[in-house]
Amino acid sequence: MDIPLTRTWITTVATTIAEQSDYLTQLDSAIGDADHGVNMNRGFSAVVAALDGYEATSVGDVLLRTGTTLVSRVGGASGPLYGTAFRAMGKVLDGTDVDDRDVAAALRAGLEGLQKLGAAVPGDKTIVDAYAPALEAFDSDLDNGGTLASAASAAADAARDGMRGTTAMQARKGRASYLGPRSVGHQDPGATSTWLIFRALAEVTDRAAPSTVEA
Amino acid sequence: MKKFINAPDDVVREALAGVAAAHADLRVDVSNQIVVRTDAPVAGKVGLVSGGGSGHEPLHGGFVGAGMLDAAAPGEIFTSPVPDQILAATKAVDGGAGVVHIVKNYTGDVLNFQMAAELALDDGVRVETVLVDDDVAVENSTWTAGRRGTGATLIVEKVAGAAAAEGQALEAVAGVGRRINESSASFAVALTACTTPAAGKPGFDLPDDEMEVGVGIHGEPGRRREKLLSAKEIVRIAYDAIQSAKPLQPADRVIVIVNGLGATPLIELYLLFGEVAAVLKDAGVEIVRNLVGNYVTSLDMAGMSVTVCRADDEILRLWDAPVRTPALRWGT
Repeated sequence: MDIPLTRTWITTVATTIAEQSDYLTQLDSAIGDADHGVNMNRGFSAVVAALDGYEATSVGDVLLRTGTTLVSRVGGASGPLYGTAFRAMGKVLDGTDVDDRDVAAALRAGLEGLQKLGAAVPGDKTIVDAYAPALEAFDSDLDNGGTLASAASAAADAARDGMRGTTAMQARKGRASYLGPRSVGHQDPGATSTWLIFRALAEVTDRAAPSTVEA
Repeated sequence: MKKFINAPDDVVREALAGVAAAHADLRVDVSNQIVVRTDAPVAGKVGLVSGGGSGHEPLHGGFVGAGMLDAAAPGEIFTSPVPDQILAATKAVDGGAGVVHIVKNYTGDVLNFQMAAELALDDGVRVETVLVDDDVAVENSTWTAGRRGTGATLIVEKVAGAAAAEGQALEAVAGVGRRINESSASFAVALTACTTPAAGKPGFDLPDDEMEVGVGIHGEPGRRREKLLSAKEIVRIAYDAIQSAKPLQPADRVIVIVNGLGATPLIELYLLFGEVAAVLKDAGVEIVRNLVGNYVTSLDMAGMSVTVCRADDEILRLWDAPVRTPALRWGT
């Protein structure tokens, strides 16, 4: 993954978040405070502006700037959590074109940073419930000889399944936890935005991938 | 949605412009989105900073002034402020004696204040954090993000503000704030949802004959939904919840706040206060100070919260100390 592809990933995330903003807010109305889409959209709009004309010298630079902007602009829990995740990814990617294993390591660093800050574990009905299975799928696809595009696609599928799995969960973290058992039956907005971020990665890596002939 | 606004995205900034126009003894820093006492930093005095999402007015900006907060960092509506804002507020009020952050216990508020405190420390400002988690509707357990900070925040800000004003040191100011939090319990009931300008419609539907019991201050549903009861019965529910979480004893002296959540008329709040006074009298508990009004709100939610804080002579002395802010003002 090189600098232009990383930029494309982030700007695609921004476009997707803008398109899905109302949906995210609607999910957040049910079990939160009805602002996840609004806040994420404000943050990623600011990221697009911050990356415009920015001379990145590494893939990590793009992600660091993304994370820093999210921390400064989103607020709520999502700002520090996503901001820290992108910053943690950025810190381990100092090349101008990083290989697939580096991307996997960065995704892992992102999850670790996010979990260190938010202390959520799988099953709490949070971002982690989409992110953790996505990371696992990404790694295992590479282990089985996959490409960046196939690993990202597997990760997006796993994030989607993880996101759907949050519906049956009772929230143990964040504002939804105040509802206790009433949080069951609603899909987690944070897990949903995480799926959108992985889906964007799958889209842009698929478009960038050299065309292959199916065996 | 019917609101007196120009555009949903501009509400917080335009309201701050109004605060600036109304209160000459406050400095509104529009670029950093913070409200600061004009005489800050006061040399040698511990600075007090609070903040949180907007939509809870007069909390927190309305409590900035002599004897209470030195600065407030209002976020977007129901969204915690960002670290940059909190850091700017912290540095603006640091008079060399350190700064106390008063933080309501919500994941977003805690994370953003934590990041700001780390950045402040990098800049050489000592920060102590007082976490407010008085809402007994939520259990403190591994199953939740912990109790929410609600009505007791006002008492923490008033009493810690008085301690700072009389020259107490950083640890002492934070200590008395923590003591208030431990001595306080709150419980809230809502009759309607509220409408954020961005969402444009109420957060949930609540039929005319039902109420949400155990709500917070962000328009989210409560712990459970019940048929609407009389004011007397609703006060009993709140009292029982407080008693089971933080029991009051006969002969306890308490500060009581009957607080409106934004759209409940004062006549109903006074009626509720009468019920609270009767219940506490039966329990042998003496109300030594009280507030009745809209102090910690949830936009246009119809609803109320009861906050009870056990008070000793020291706490009462600090409560009675002069305060001069837009929303709380006595003794000056």
